[in-house]
Amino acid sequence: MNYTPISHQQNSNQVATVLCCNCGTPMDGSGGLVMCYECIKLTCDITTNIPREAHISFCRNCERFLQPPTQWVHCQLESRELLAICLKRLKGLTKDIRLVDASFIWTEPHSRRIKVKLTVQGEAMPNTIIQQTFEVEYVVIAMQCADCAKSYTTHTWRAAVQIRQKVPHKRTFLYLEQLILKYNAHVDTISIQESTDGLDFFYNQKNHAVKMIDFLNSVVPIKFKKSEELISQDTHTGASTFKFTYSVEIAPICRDDLVVLPKKLARSMGDIGQFVICSKVSNSLQFLDPTTLKTCDLPASIYYRDPFMSLAEASQLVEFIILDVEPTTITKGKHVLADVQLARASDLGVNDQVYYTKTHLGAILHPGDSAMGYFIANSNYNSDLFDSLKQEYVPDVVLVKKQYARRGNRHWKLKRMAKEHKDIDAGNDYSSRQQKQEMERAERDYELFLQGLEEDAELRQGVNMYKSKAEAGDEPEYDEYGNEINLDELLDELDDMDLGEDEDMEEGNEF
Amino acid sequence: MATRTQFENSNEIGVFSKLTNSYCLVTLGASENFYSAFEQELGDSIPMAHTTIAGTRIIGRMTAGNRRGLLVPTQTTDQELQHLRNTLPDEIRIQRVEERLSALGNVVCCNDYVALVHPDVDRETEEIISDVLGVEVFRTTISGNVLVGSYCSLSNQGALVHAQTSVQDQEELSSLLQVPVVAGTVNRGSAVVGAGMVVNDYVAVTGLDTTAPELSVIESIFRLHDAHPDSISKNLRDTLIETYS
Repeated sequence: MNYTPISHQQNSNQVATVLCCNCGTPMDGSGGLVMCYECIKLTCDITTNIPREAHISFCRNCERFLQPPTQWVHCQLESRELLAICLKRLKGLTKDIRLVDASFIWTEPHSRRIKVKLTVQGEAMPNTIIQQTFEVEYVVIAMQCADCAKSYTTHTWRAAVQIRQKVPHKRTFLYLEQLILKYNAHVDTISIQESTDGLDFFYNQKNHAVKMIDFLNSVVPIKFKKSEELISQDTHTGASTFKFTYSVEIAPICRDDLVVLPKKLARSMGDIGQFVICSKVSNSLQFLDPTTLKTCDLPASIYYRDPFMSLAEASQLVEFIILDVEPTTITKGKHVLADVQLARASDLGVNDQVYYTKTHLGAILHPGDSAMGYFIANSNYNSDLFDSLKQEYVPDVVLVKKQYARRGNRHWKLKRMAKEHKDIDAGNDYSSRQQKQEMERAERDYELFLQGLEEDAELRQGVNMYKSKAEAGDEPEYDEYGNEINLDELLDELDDMDLGEDEDMEEGNEF
Repeated sequence: MATRTQFENSNEIGVFSKLTNSYCLVTLGASENFYSAFEQELGDSIPMAHTTIAGTRIIGRMTAGNRRGLLVPTQTTDQELQHLRNTLPDEIRIQRVEERLSALGNVVCCNDYVALVHPDVDRETEEIISDVLGVEVFRTTISGNVLVGSYCSLSNQGALVHAQTSVQDQEELSSLLQVPVVAGTVNRGSAVVGAGMVVNDYVAVTGLDTTAPELSVIESIFRLHDAHPDSISKNLRDTLIETYS
């Protein structure tokens, strides 16, 4: 222990007026000292009330320290936050003892000991303030924090929302994920699990699940079913515990899907053609007839009265090369009806097969461009609705979107949500080709989703996009028809911490 | 001789007792050791009165007195006054003082010849002090403290003052009192020397916490090494000074 006497008159050349009351040494009493420095050192200890050993709690799983009473915080060893926690744990640092300095003394991290050197000032006797330095050793006690305990316990959730869409790709869920992130609809969620064809959201309270359902109802075409399971019942009080599960099904029709509408439905919706493309999916489905430019909205409630499947989906798109475009005078919004002459990209140089079709993309297509479309002429569809169409009205090709040349890196990125993957099943061989294929498919879906965002400003409105840190020197170049995203659409990544937290959660969930 | 004692776990002897050359007052209490210490030192040489003043036990702080007389505050009850008159010798004048600063022990510090008083005491009080106690009265402070009775312990041999008193102040006090003055502490560093101890010309009683160096300072300044109740100094000096003055 070190003492540093603090005296304002230490250096004044005063004559000795009193004797030290302890040892009798002559000393200057005019400063109010009644004991010489040596005796003060020997007899005074202002730190007797401060313990030299204390405990701090630490969750070994999530590597957080307990900040009493209930908060668990991430802190590095030897960080300011940890020092604050340490000092707060120390009893005896009362008002009459002033903390002047505190610092860590290095200890081996595995020793589970933290040493802190403290310097305090206090009044040892009237008119005499002394400064003392001492060390306190903290024992880091490993325990499990409430969050981790919860994650290891079953029956923690009270309500679950199971969202399913029976389609072979994940793009709807990627979009939904971005919507959820943008509107912070996941705040009450205690866990999110990925499963085949969808996601499961778990909640502590039924209300939170209902809130989620309301949110989903406003952004995607859904129908849901509620079921409840009795967990426990008290016959004396009449109180019972339930688990609520909401099974939510999203309409299996996605953007850019080729759809054959039931005849009756097509009639009722302004006599639109039966052969349509799904142009937009919000809480209703929007269809576009590429041969007449007619559009119609199909609310989810009406869709689910008589549900139907899509005829073909985006993975079946084929690349075509435009040979000739003849725009007509019929326009609607940004769509211009045009007659195009085109050939399959894979046919070029092989044969001279040329197709003619009508398309809504007349404004942006030029001879020589490539476009993605459904090649109906050589497809076999297993659909009663398709079979009921008169074959002479069915076009050979339905163009859906223009294909843009893509160069350079993306200068933006999206936030992702942390998901728990399903438990690893020992029976499955996960290093297999099947798993690899799944991974590849997920990557392809994500890439397609990102491309879709670049090409559609309307779609971008539901999504928070962030500036990418790894912005390369070369600017991304796109066609003049602009699937370029303006810089002012992008958000600065202010909430970096959220991302980090998610990552940490992911790590935590791996155990 | 200087002796150390305690009154009911308190070291502030000067609060609970009053000691002069001709009588001793001690307070009422259950502290038998405290009385024994006084009785052992004083023997039968001077009378010892057990009393309260105005119902309180802090008699040392409430009264002022010397060989010739005793001043008590106006709150003193008739019964207490009567008891004191009965116990103390007849030649000692006992006088009630109507003074706003009623803790006379704190505002008056006297030996048989000189009294230091608080600068704010009444003129009447000052006159009473000089009449009853037969002393010369000086209004003064001790290193800035107005409570001269608390911060000074005075006998006919010497004076012990507050530890923070500067050399210059000590010299001034010494010339007023005509006795040697020293700064010091009692009770292991307490500067309230008036309250921490009592002293007369041949005995001093201090708190139990007083250290050996403090005690040696007290013995040397009050010349207690060879002092006796029957020593010549008391009476002789009185006549001598009266002759020379």
